[in-house]
Amino acid sequence: MKSLEELQKIKERALERRRLAGEGSRARVVVAMGTCGIAAGARDTMTAILGELEKRQIADVVVTQTGCVGLCEYEPIVQVQVGDQDMVTYGNIDTDRVSTLVEEHVVGGEPVEKWLVRK
Amino acid sequence: MAYRAHVIISGTPEQAQEVKAALMGKLDTLGLNEEIEVREATGLTPRSVTMASRGVEAVVYPEVVHYAGLTPAAAELIAEEHLLKGRPVQDLFFEEHPAEPLDAPSAKEVRVVLRNVGTINPESIDDYIAEDGYAALGKALTEMTPAEVLEVLKTSGLRGRGGAGFPTWLKWSFARAAVSDEKYVVCNGDEGDPGAFMNRRVLEGDPHAVIEGMAIAAYVVGAQEGYFYVRAEYPIAIRTLRLAIEQARDYGLLGKNIFGTDFSFDLEVRMGAGAFVCGEETALMQSIEGKRGQPRTRPPFPATSGLWGKPTNINNVETYANVPQILLQGGEWFASMGTEKSKGTKTFAIAGKVKRTGLIEVPLGITVREIVYDVGGGVLDSRPFKAVQTGGPLGGCIPEKHLDLPVDYESLASVGSAMGSGGFIVMDDLTCMVDMARFFMEFAQEESCGKCVPCRVGTRQMLEILESICAGTGKPGDIEALEKLGASVTQGSLCGLGQGAPNPVLSMILNFRNEYERHIYDHKCDAKVCRALIEFTIDPPTCIGCTRCARNCPVDAIAGKAREAHVIDPEICIRCGICAEVCPVDAVFVE
Amino acid sequence: MEDVIAATNRIIDKYGANSESLVEILRELNDVGGYLTTEHLAQAAKRLRVPESKVASVASFYSLISLEPMGRHVIRFCQDAPCHVVGGREVWEALEHELGIPFGETTLDGEWSLMTTSCIGACAVGPVMMVDEDIYGNLTPERAREIIARYRTASRQAAQSAERAGFAAQGGQE
Repeated sequence: MKSLEELQKIKERALERRRLAGEGSRARVVVAMGTCGIAAGARDTMTAILGELEKRQIADVVVTQTGCVGLCEYEPIVQVQVGDQDMVTYGNIDTDRVSTLVEEHVVGGEPVEKWLVRK
Repeated sequence: MAYRAHVIISGTPEQAQEVKAALMGKLDTLGLNEEIEVREATGLTPRSVTMASRGVEAVVYPEVVHYAGLTPAAAELIAEEHLLKGRPVQDLFFEEHPAEPLDAPSAKEVRVVLRNVGTINPESIDDYIAEDGYAALGKALTEMTPAEVLEVLKTSGLRGRGGAGFPTWLKWSFARAAVSDEKYVVCNGDEGDPGAFMNRRVLEGDPHAVIEGMAIAAYVVGAQEGYFYVRAEYPIAIRTLRLAIEQARDYGLLGKNIFGTDFSFDLEVRMGAGAFVCGEETALMQSIEGKRGQPRTRPPFPATSGLWGKPTNINNVETYANVPQILLQGGEWFASMGTEKSKGTKTFAIAGKVKRTGLIEVPLGITVREIVYDVGGGVLDSRPFKAVQTGGPLGGCIPEKHLDLPVDYESLASVGSAMGSGGFIVMDDLTCMVDMARFFMEFAQEESCGKCVPCRVGTRQMLEILESICAGTGKPGDIEALEKLGASVTQGSLCGLGQGAPNPVLSMILNFRNEYERHIYDHKCDAKVCRALIEFTIDPPTCIGCTRCARNCPVDAIAGKAREAHVIDPEICIRCGICAEVCPVDAVFVE
Repeated sequence: MEDVIAATNRIIDKYGANSESLVEILRELNDVGGYLTTEHLAQAAKRLRVPESKVASVASFYSLISLEPMGRHVIRFCQDAPCHVVGGREVWEALEHELGIPFGETTLDGEWSLMTTSCIGACAVGPVMMVDEDIYGNLTPERAREIIARYRTASRQAAQSAERAGFAAQGGQE
């Protein structure tokens, strides 16, 4: 890193990449993978989400991870953003809820109200 | 009369009665009232306490189908579908996690330290840079002198977030003033307070913010090398941090001539090996040097003689994580939050008997009540609030009368508690204050490094007294002995561990002396926690004689024939509670 | 199987034979076989050129370094207050009951060690325990028993397939 300008360029590039990823995908799914999430089964949830997307041959969904979102009580936590709708947060997403979540929200575009964490 | 099925209903008395009446009415209409028995589980048993939040529940035997959230109409549906036609009603099944909407923490949260945690991908440095990451370091290195950085910190009023609350700018200026060719900065990530995991969350969720804060500190004090000390119990944090350091090196944000200046800085991660006392700064530095982590006397302070005898600046994770934002948004912005002497925000780990546990960041000066009720959603199962323990095993408890106390360094100290690193454990009327004190003392006793005699021997003596009170063999004079011992351990110990170890007991005696007296003089534990002072009994009308408790009792203390009420022999009973756990109808009571 | 001297040398070399890394070296070495023997300590002292007494004093100080043999699976149960108040004691008792040993000990068959750990920072999903490297939260006595059963089944299956593999190998030789 040589200068503030160089940092600024990296920042712009990162923001641009974020924008492109948003345009090129139908949805973004973020799994909280802090220690508490993993203790509550977030790894299994992540695997189940990837498996479910593969089973349905969906390639245009970006699945990423983040740290603890601070709602440890409701782990595993999954955040979903479809198109340019607001991102919503789901609590207690065990593996047996993954299929319904993908079906109704990621594919169908309708949030699964009963599992939402109220803002 | 033999029944082909039983339905056991539980919940708050009025609601349960309503559902029971509806169910029985419907069974009557369907002509099933002689085949199916409906019962209500009552009384205070471990299960019904935790179930209160799930509304009215019912379990249908023999097939053990568990329903929850029942209304009278739902009960009628179960009668018709399940009990008449044999088709269990799936939509009403009890779910391990209730399906009702979950509440997020309140709008009282203000995020400075946690601003990126839970939103960015911690494994991507670009994600951090996109949120203005490393801009503060760039600004400091290219546009500010170290003295100017100190000035901004002084204006901000930032104080150490590890517990002691020492002004950060002053600490840095000491290390800066020390003359030496080698200096170090150290990050204390040995977050050992039970229940306090905010540093883990920052390290796992936004590692670059801490690295950036350390680099700025290194620039100010004139250090070229830094150490990150993280406890081994945090494997995920360590992995994330190592990856972040590599990425920062790749971008030249760590290493030689950062931002084209003559400032060079690099970092190494050191992992602890399971010793609470290593959170004490002198012990921590001993551990980095590869030795037993035992505290030493101060002075000299680390700022003049720290790691390998060189001037060293040591702060905790949260302190460093605040620094980049302060430089970007200004000291005045930070000082606009908080109270007169305690500025900015603080993260707290809320745990224990509270509806919403988790990690929050709030402006200092918020009241205890606001944290418990507005942010935490109130006491679990709406039980009465008893106290909150702040400052971890070296802190103290805050009873109900201080609910409106503002949370800042001075106010907490004024009632005998402490800020500590941010643990916040809520206790309700089912928490026994003697048991809690025993618990914290056991922790302190185990973690005492053994160097100072008052701490090594005194904590053991205090623990023995607390154990005997819990075991029902407490003697008059025990409370006074605890007070006296506590005072000498506090005075005679070198480091924060020994000085703080008696705090929980002393503050619990101060606020809940009558509970100690009840244990010693009346042999009663009103919270029904101390096993030696409680008794398990079976309620004859509720017992269905299933024999499950007798079969599971490890000491054969339960007698009774099948389909007849069972009885526990208090002489044999070891109060393990297995009978209450296995009883399908909650007939086992605790007295 | 790597012998004591080789394992000790390998890890010491990884840290550049630097005695400043003694705590980390011992901890990593501990993870190889679950505990350290006097042989480990002697070799470490020799290679790092420090007195054996210093190595022993460091090894005995830290709770994650063991000088006693450990079971094949090590349960580290969080003993701290937040887990305690949400029902940790019931789980604790269930674990002792299930394995038939008190905390701090190893079963006679060498399968299980029951240890405590200080807070692993997953308090909101407490009670919590680690079985080897895996973290389990939201424990109840039943869930704790289920988890132990899962490991037991896995080791039974592993033993059976090892036995089958053994028969197959024997058969192949004949």
